[in-house]
Amino acid sequence: MRDMAPVAVVPRKRRGVELALIIFALGLALGAYALVDLNVTGELSTAFPYVAGICSLVAALAHIAVRWRLPYADPVILPCVILLNGLGLVMIHRIDLINEPPLNGARQQLIWTALGVLMFILVVTWLNDHRPLQGFTYTIGLAGIVLLLLPLVPGLGTEKFGAQIWIQVGPYSFQPAEAAKVLLAIAFASYLVEKRDVLALAGYRVLGIDLPRARDLGPILVMWLISLAILVWQRDLGTSLLFFGLFVMMLYVSTERAGWAVLGTLLFAAGAYFGYLNFSHVRRRVGAWLDPFSDFDAYYQVIAAQFGMAWGGLLGTGLGLGRPGLTPLARSDFIAAAIGEELGMTGLMAVIMIYGLIVARGLRIALQCREPFGKLLATGLSFALALQVFTIIGGVTRLLPLTGLTTPFMSQGGSSLICNWIVAGLLLVISHQVRKPAATVTPINPDLEQTQLVKAGV
Amino acid sequence: MNKPIRRVAFVAMIMFALLLANGTYMIIFRQSTLDSQPQKRRVRDAEFAQNRGAILAGGRTEIAKTVSAKDRFKYQRVYPDDELYAAITGFYSYDRGSSALESTYNAQLSGTDDALFVRRLIDLATNKTPKGASVQTTIVPEIQEAAATALGDQKGAVVALDPKTGAVLAMVTSPSFDPNDIASHDIEAAGKAYDRLASNPQHPMSNRAAREIYPPGSTFKLVTAAAALADGKTPDSLVESPDRLKLPGTRVSLPNSSDCGGTEITMTQALKVSCNTAFANLGLEVGEDKLREQAQLFGFDRRHLADLKGVASQFPDKLDEAQLALSAIGQYDVAASPLQMAMVSAAIANDGVLMDPYIVSTVRAQDLQPIQTHKPDALSTAMTPENAKELQQMMSVVVSEGTGRNAQIPGVEVGGKTGTAQSDPKRKPFAWFTSFAPLDDPKIAVAVIVEDADIPRNDIGGGRLAAPIAKATMEAAL
Repeated sequence: MRDMAPVAVVPRKRRGVELALIIFALGLALGAYALVDLNVTGELSTAFPYVAGICSLVAALAHIAVRWRLPYADPVILPCVILLNGLGLVMIHRIDLINEPPLNGARQQLIWTALGVLMFILVVTWLNDHRPLQGFTYTIGLAGIVLLLLPLVPGLGTEKFGAQIWIQVGPYSFQPAEAAKVLLAIAFASYLVEKRDVLALAGYRVLGIDLPRARDLGPILVMWLISLAILVWQRDLGTSLLFFGLFVMMLYVSTERAGWAVLGTLLFAAGAYFGYLNFSHVRRRVGAWLDPFSDFDAYYQVIAAQFGMAWGGLLGTGLGLGRPGLTPLARSDFIAAAIGEELGMTGLMAVIMIYGLIVARGLRIALQCREPFGKLLATGLSFALALQVFTIIGGVTRLLPLTGLTTPFMSQGGSSLICNWIVAGLLLVISHQVRKPAATVTPINPDLEQTQLVKAGV
Repeated sequence: MNKPIRRVAFVAMIMFALLLANGTYMIIFRQSTLDSQPQKRRVRDAEFAQNRGAILAGGRTEIAKTVSAKDRFKYQRVYPDDELYAAITGFYSYDRGSSALESTYNAQLSGTDDALFVRRLIDLATNKTPKGASVQTTIVPEIQEAAATALGDQKGAVVALDPKTGAVLAMVTSPSFDPNDIASHDIEAAGKAYDRLASNPQHPMSNRAAREIYPPGSTFKLVTAAAALADGKTPDSLVESPDRLKLPGTRVSLPNSSDCGGTEITMTQALKVSCNTAFANLGLEVGEDKLREQAQLFGFDRRHLADLKGVASQFPDKLDEAQLALSAIGQYDVAASPLQMAMVSAAIANDGVLMDPYIVSTVRAQDLQPIQTHKPDALSTAMTPENAKELQQMMSVVVSEGTGRNAQIPGVEVGGKTGTAQSDPKRKPFAWFTSFAPLDDPKIAVAVIVEDADIPRNDIGGGRLAAPIAKATMEAAL
């Protein structure tokens, strides 16, 4: 009987594993950076020691913050994010070198990376627990929607590359959709946790599918209209898909009713078809997807990306030895094509697998989580990342029509990078809360008490 | 909530699986079609930056070669003799394509030919820069230079063949162009140079020797004479040669451009003075079918020298009597390339056997191993050896005593035939000369055309202008 004494299962912290993986990721990224220099110019650039130093410092700070405040957090996500961020930096540096004199996009990106890690550290140390976020459902939701629609404000929003998804304040431009993604994932999670019972239980059953009551349709219709507004006025298919997909998925997960997913898919299909019929920018994207060679000049971007990846082939041309500069926007939307050209399809698939790892770890956290808000939030953040990767890399590789989303952690641009670091921070926070041992009171075992008393009585 | 989360995870897994599957699909099924797209700059640039094989003449002379360059393409195509071999090498440009041998032998020169596959693998394994194969032409630089010098600035062409093999010994066309201008790495300047050449009314980029056809005029009388010999005539057979021949079925009569030496002359005499009426009568006697058959045996109505995309010479169809009479003396719609007329002389010189003309003898890989060799090949037996020998003698008389005296070479027996032709009464006539030498053991057969020649419309004029060029060309070969 004595052997049956309750043993609290304390998960291993695995911070050492994380550190080893981070060192591995840093080595890969910095090695790639050096390779770019060597292959393009034949010598290491003078900036390389600084780049290596800053990257290592930033990674170390992130790791220390996690070790200090989130000792039980998932050990895989942070190294994956560092590797992706590093590879993005390398590709941007490589594309910088095409220009004569070289651009300094990589330096800019390094600054954004540092800011992103700063935000990550803030989330890790200062927020530390995701549950308080539940208290600001409507504030956060409203902020998210306002941010999302901000580019439509005349004078504030600016059109870039055919999509009005940027806001310009003075010399600074900002893509608010990325921040809105995080805010809305939080807001959806806390809203749905509150309302899920009524959304799940009331309704009718038609053809084996539970349909919601008409008055409960409000939220999904509002999100649908917002998504359509993004599609119509911001001309951004990707953002529209991302937000609506995120919302429908979270609705489905929280209510456990497939009816919501079916309804959402139908609504999205209707919206997409409506867009295809009425908007030339949507038709052009679809045309470039189905048959890019029907109009070489109009679909040049998609064609150039295809050319690049075909040129890279299975193993790639080698870092610095391809010609990613021939693809427009190679450092932002088309960074996946640049990876595919220089690291080959093998390299691109490896990158996809790293995203897959992050998503898998995120969903694992959701499954392990014991309270609904954290569960829903982790699912939402992971799925949003999966959907974003699927949409942009699928677009670049011609699996889907191209949409103007950023490639998380890799594309050049501060808003996307910082927001995705916050996502990574949030996932780690949830995972720490999930895995840390509960501060339980050891139940009193009368037998043990007695034995102790005997001992004490000597 | 775990059940729906598992389902969401499954959906996410499907999405990643689709991305990976699509990547695989792209590499397996789309890559090769994408790489073969002509708009693909990466492929074009890579090809342009290759260490392309040389094109050689006479064994050692590089008429097109590749040298290192210090710009983004690493290698620069150079044509050391500027214009001299332009019609043979063609040009190799960044965005205006390529022509002539640079185009037909592109796979070998660039090293992408399947025959070079194993060598490419070895180069890859041993980390050597792959180099394209070299293309050895049959051109003899001395003959080419002599022909080009003799033709000078006159508009026209010279073709020299080895009668026994069909090898092209020289091929000159004028005006020509400098392929270096179009191969320049200053892409814009190269494009401008190309456009300037393409829009030049003198057509400097056209190969007059193999890709243009002209009325052959009196040089075609060789074909008519061969047909007559095959039909049973002998060099001494008498032919009516009136001063004017009324063309059957018309009110027009054909005049002689010179004195034929009587109203009934031998065939030898008729060829010697290039008597129009006599050959018109011979043509009428032989008939359309036999004349065409003879022309086709000499190579008419077929394309030759595919390496340079040679065009077919033409003998017209469905002739009435008047048209037949005119065709027999190389007028009406008869049209021949200088290459074709050189082939006529070559077949006569080679005792009636027409050899298939060719310009590339060997293609050698970087290690000098031949990967492709041309063996001389007979195209047809155009004449019996006896008839051919008789016609050789008749042609020798043309040079020794007749219209072709300007082609005489001391100590060498030369056979030849002059011609003057016009397509249009307003245009200046073409001066022709085709010949071979030496008579007993022919080493070279030549055809020369000078366009827009400022000469009287008779054969002496044609002989005076074109024959010296043929002579200079032949002398270089002897």
